[in-house]
Amino acid sequence: MSGNQEPLASDTELEDIELELFVRALKLRHGHDFSQYAPASLKRRVRQLSHTQHTGTITALTDRILHDPSLLPVVLEGLSVPVSEMFRDPDVFRALREQVFPVLASYPQINIWQAGCAYGQEVYSLAILLEEAGLYERTQIYATDFNEAALRHAQEGIYPAKEAQLWSRNYLEAGGSHTLADYYSARYELLKLDQRLRRNVIFANHNLVTDEVFCEAHLVLCRNVLIYFSDPLQDRTLALFRDSLVRGGFLCLGTRESLDFAPSALDFTPVDAALRIYRLGSRAAAKE
Amino acid sequence: MGTPQAIVIGCSAGGLAALEALFAGLDPQLPQAMVVCCHTGSSTVDVLCELLAGHATLPVAEARERTPIAPGMIHIAPSGYHLLVEPSRYFALSVDARVNFARPSIDVLFESAAEAYRGDLLGVLLTGANSDGAEGLRLVRQHGGLAVVQDPADAEVPTMPQAALDRAGADHCLPLAAIAPLLNRLCLP
Repeated sequence: MSGNQEPLASDTELEDIELELFVRALKLRHGHDFSQYAPASLKRRVRQLSHTQHTGTITALTDRILHDPSLLPVVLEGLSVPVSEMFRDPDVFRALREQVFPVLASYPQINIWQAGCAYGQEVYSLAILLEEAGLYERTQIYATDFNEAALRHAQEGIYPAKEAQLWSRNYLEAGGSHTLADYYSARYELLKLDQRLRRNVIFANHNLVTDEVFCEAHLVLCRNVLIYFSDPLQDRTLALFRDSLVRGGFLCLGTRESLDFAPSALDFTPVDAALRIYRLGSRAAAKE
Repeated sequence: MGTPQAIVIGCSAGGLAALEALFAGLDPQLPQAMVVCCHTGSSTVDVLCELLAGHATLPVAEARERTPIAPGMIHIAPSGYHLLVEPSRYFALSVDARVNFARPSIDVLFESAAEAYRGDLLGVLLTGANSDGAEGLRLVRQHGGLAVVQDPADAEVPTMPQAALDRAGADHCLPLAAIAPLLNRLCLP
């Protein structure tokens, strides 16, 4: 790269060095490893953090993450940016209800792992659909994330009331049989989801990058989490899901995720390829 | 500065008609990868891809994460995700918060592409009703790339190209009908 005559090339390279040192510091100081994250998004998020923390440079942010322990939750929140909505991609939830739930119904006890649950919108979405399908009493949902602040938020189930309109529409498109308003109370600018929906949810800290198998699951949902991972980390995580699932168990990913480059994807068979719903096992085994 | 290796294009309101006109006029021999971020408001870009394919001289497809940015093709950013270019010149997606009220955001695409392609990038901003893309185009230029902006007076909605001119300036500012001939001239090897 030396001899590069393009304007600002050296500034970009300098920032890349700063980013690498920040990632290294976060790992050595706090054990959180972001080195296998896809670089373009990670860089955006770290820049954003540097901006909101008024540190001027990424190096100054690195200094603070090394010396100010109170900054860690803020940094982890900034690096996970948990944005979602209830029943995001309603077609997916409809397919879960119509194609996956009938199979789950054959198990006396159903375990579902929502990996990377963020603020919990999809956890509550799932609980509602399971309730309406009459399956929730015998379901245990494990909702995990590495971001403690997000987990607390998910447990509270409080969201901006302005989301209600979109979420209600999503709910109906997903095949909900009541109205979403039956499941929340709205007050001022906020809506709070019925906390009875939480009765079979265990929220827990789990990091897909460093932690191992979390539970034995019949269904794993992990939507739009792997998009932030490098190819090797995506593959490792798919192997983790494979090892967590019972034979014939289901995996649901984000609708724009690409599995073409992950060897572990060969262990799964599409149930609905367009909606990224898969089943563990070869084609023949999945059909039973 | 040599021939650009990639072209990034941003638009919103009025964008479909503008893209159809632009792509109809491109030389099918153009070797560049083209990446389009168009705010559509619909939940998929299937229809957009189909409509553009009916006019374009080059193949059109939705951009897929983890795939290399193929030359001689028009890649469309999917709805509901930011589309980014990795330093390796592969596509990546994110569902991070909206930028300029938009996801996909033109700024996010242009910024990451500017860092991946540096001076080998050409950015185009067309008609649109907000200022997304202005900062991205500024970064394209700062990294040594070329900026082409539709003349606001010619645009169906002038806000976006005007914001780009105000913030980034442009190497070329011209009516839509003149943009395809300009790209053919600048981009054929």
